Amino acid sequence: MSYLALTDADREAMLETIGVSSVEELFADLPDGVRLGRELALPPAMSEQELNAYFESLAAENAHVGAELSFLGAGMYDHYVPAIVDAVLQRGELLTAYTPYQPELSQGVLQAIFEYQTAICELTGMDVSNASGYDGTTVAADACFIAKHATGRSKVVVTEATNPQVRQVVKTYAPGFGLEVVEVPHRDGATDPDELREAATDAACVIFQHPNFFGVLEPAPELAAAASDAEALPVAHVDPLSLGVLEAPGNYGCAIAIGEGQGAGNYLSYGGPHYGFLAARSEFIRRMPGRIVGETTDAAGNRGYVLTLQTREQHIRREKATSNITTNQTLLALAGLVYLSWLGPEGLRELGETCMALAEHAKERLGLPPAFADRQTFKEFAVRVGRPAAEVVREARARRVHPGYPLGRDYSGMDDVLLVALTEKRTPEEIERLAEVLTA
Amino acid sequence: MKLIYEKSHPGRRAGRPPRPAGLPAVEVPSELARAEPPRLPELAEPDLMRHFTELSTRNFGIDTGFYPLGSCTMKHNPRINERLAALPGFRDLHPHQEEAGAQGALRVCWELQEALAEITGLDAVSLQPAAGSQGELTGLLLMRAYFAERGEGDQRRKIVIPDTAHGTNPASVTMAGYELTPVKTDARGNIDVEDLRGKVDEHTAGLMLTNPSTLGLFDEKIEEIAAIFHGAGALMYYDGANLNAVCGISRPGDMGFDIVHINLHKTFSQPHGGGGPGGGPIAVGKRLEPYLPVPAIVRDGDRFRLDYDRPQTIGKVRGFLGPFGVFVRSYAFIRAYGPRLREMSEVAVLNANYLLARLREAYELPYDRLCMHEFVLSARKLKREHGVTALDVAKRLMDYGFHPPTVYFPLVVPEALMIEPTETEAKETLDEFADAMIAIAREAAEDPELAKTAPHGRVVGRLDEVKAVKQVVVRFLFDEHPDLSAEPAAAGVVETPKGV
Repeated sequence: MSYLALTDADREAMLETIGVSSVEELFADLPDGVRLGRELALPPAMSEQELNAYFESLAAENAHVGAELSFLGAGMYDHYVPAIVDAVLQRGELLTAYTPYQPELSQGVLQAIFEYQTAICELTGMDVSNASGYDGTTVAADACFIAKHATGRSKVVVTEATNPQVRQVVKTYAPGFGLEVVEVPHRDGATDPDELREAATDAACVIFQHPNFFGVLEPAPELAAAASDAEALPVAHVDPLSLGVLEAPGNYGCAIAIGEGQGAGNYLSYGGPHYGFLAARSEFIRRMPGRIVGETTDAAGNRGYVLTLQTREQHIRREKATSNITTNQTLLALAGLVYLSWLGPEGLRELGETCMALAEHAKERLGLPPAFADRQTFKEFAVRVGRPAAEVVREARARRVHPGYPLGRDYSGMDDVLLVALTEKRTPEEIERLAEVLTA
Repeated sequence: MKLIYEKSHPGRRAGRPPRPAGLPAVEVPSELARAEPPRLPELAEPDLMRHFTELSTRNFGIDTGFYPLGSCTMKHNPRINERLAALPGFRDLHPHQEEAGAQGALRVCWELQEALAEITGLDAVSLQPAAGSQGELTGLLLMRAYFAERGEGDQRRKIVIPDTAHGTNPASVTMAGYELTPVKTDARGNIDVEDLRGKVDEHTAGLMLTNPSTLGLFDEKIEEIAAIFHGAGALMYYDGANLNAVCGISRPGDMGFDIVHINLHKTFSQPHGGGGPGGGPIAVGKRLEPYLPVPAIVRDGDRFRLDYDRPQTIGKVRGFLGPFGVFVRSYAFIRAYGPRLREMSEVAVLNANYLLARLREAYELPYDRLCMHEFVLSARKLKREHGVTALDVAKRLMDYGFHPPTVYFPLVVPEALMIEPTETEAKETLDEFADAMIAIAREAAEDPELAKTAPHGRVVGRLDEVKAVKQVVVRFLFDEHPDLSAEPAAAGVVETPKGV
């Protein structure tokens, strides 16, 4: 057992100081009826070397994106993670700290979060960002909670072209919030602003994803305006890596911007941990869920950072808090900050341009009929493959290519539709390989 | 230290995404195109690395030193777990990968579920919740679904929570659409059963309890409490924040709990990363299993698959299966111990009792019992006699090289100092900390200013939290960034819970 430090002599001396004769006596308060009274039925302890071998054998069973050419996206993306992200995240002072309750010992994390909040505000065109949410799904539920209390209304509208998992999480949270969820169907891959305007009557907020789950560019400014017309808060769910080329939600009238941070600095990691981001206009600052870091000074005038506006939070407000969140995704958000700093504004724009160019090139090379004609897309697009997409995936995987996500999993009438994602990691040669496999 | 934005120079850069030759440029329609670029930092990589390295030197982790933050279980984070989570087969696995291409990852999830079921003494596990408080919300949503199906959804609206509870419990109650019924703590630090009896009836949906409690005390009447709730047809929820005290010794399921969340970032060593990630799986008894989030991870012979066909499910509380990288680390931690998790908990309790024995003379002990994995002292006497508060003690501990304990929590203890040493500390470390605490109590009498003006020699002195609320600056504002140092700071530190 290498994680414990006490020797037998230590234990003896400590028991003597305590004034008991055995460790067993320390548990005297436990009634007999609740004691386990046997050994836990777990496999025997492993040495570090055995752990290494066992987990390597399990990892080897997985077809990861380095072992199989992957065009999978649908919410999680194989973007490149630079080495500097790994280097920063393994700094023990940052990795092994708790939430920064004691600011004098936590200026590193606090300043990093302040810088992260700034980056998210810059990306989204908003005034205030929290220190992160769990992922791109739960921040949507958080946005609903803000909107409910800001408007006093009890309906939320979500476009059907929003990530199905996001919609599902919103629907799971909704009964507890006392919210009704209404979905607005897509029309040929995008949302119709007039239809949205009608649905938004009496709604607290309207959540739309842009680019949407199909990769399609929504008429985002018109959707935001439609929501505003109904006095519902427009909430954009955005891809952070699109925001070098696409306008910031704050600049076309959105009240809240949310999204999944994974593509910006986090590994795929089979779905987590990642970070969700949530940013809003300043009028919502006191309704924001989660941690927020603010600037202040000490008595000598030195600048420093603290957790602030804590009267929103559960440890003070308890049942009247704006959320129950405590643990968030700080380390993953830090990865986001390092990544966005590494890219810079130019790099972010170039990245978006490369993804779009690769996607257009892939559309052309594949030559398959688009699922939604005449829709402009960002880094992902839907095509009809003429037979069940799940079958196509199975056959392509046998040739070590994962061609994309079968949309029939979430949308009826789309069993033959494949959603193909292009990140900057894909190359024209790899697109040729995909074309060869899909058209064989 | 400058902000990264203050080190930025136009034209500098680190990363360069590929620009494959020969691809046509794609125009974004003008009404959707970005007009002004975001003002992200512009630095070369050497300066980026120095910036983040400097930030790390201004931070304190469990790697830096002793971190007895009560109820947070700041134990050593084994580095093997980091290596395992970074294996390409885990780290680079897409969550939409077909089941056939993710069997190793699904096995990790399934085996972790089995281990957590055994440790908690319950039947079924969902790994999906992202953190303890999301586990709480999920558990409460399970209660709602369970009672709705029994036709008692409108009738059972109340959740009972003791006054020692973490703030997340009542906040989760509100988010689940339930009403809070608080219950008192008795003179021994247990739930006041007489108070409880009058509060549990046919309108009660359930109890939320941390056991051992945030006072570090095991509730001696837990069996009686379980009988009261189950007798009234209500359910019992176990907040697993303090599970580190009882692994292999006593299981929540055997105490009568129906739903449990486990904090993987506390008991099972997922590094907390300065605020997260965490993991908050929940374990439940058979009757609640049908309501668990989808997908369920099931085993068919030697194969593992995802089962979405759960008609009674509450839905999803997070994307995919949950924070998988956290599962790898925590499962590796569990396998490193195996059945000897019992020894882990025993040593955690031994370390806590040893520290308590060394400190009980110098500070007040509001509940004079053997403790479990943590204990709560009060600095009330120091405050009354010398004006030295729990916060001052906390800040002065920094001068001795320690992270402070949780302070001002639980709320039932004035000037609370909540100390959790965990099992991974050596006796010398505990002794050095005890010596420091005793010295601080002595200093409070001899030279109270030492504590009141602490910390000394840190990168910043005590920061003015009140100013941060009055003049809200929560992002860098570039040319319009205000100079807060122009206004004098007060001693604006708020005596509110710091920890948990």
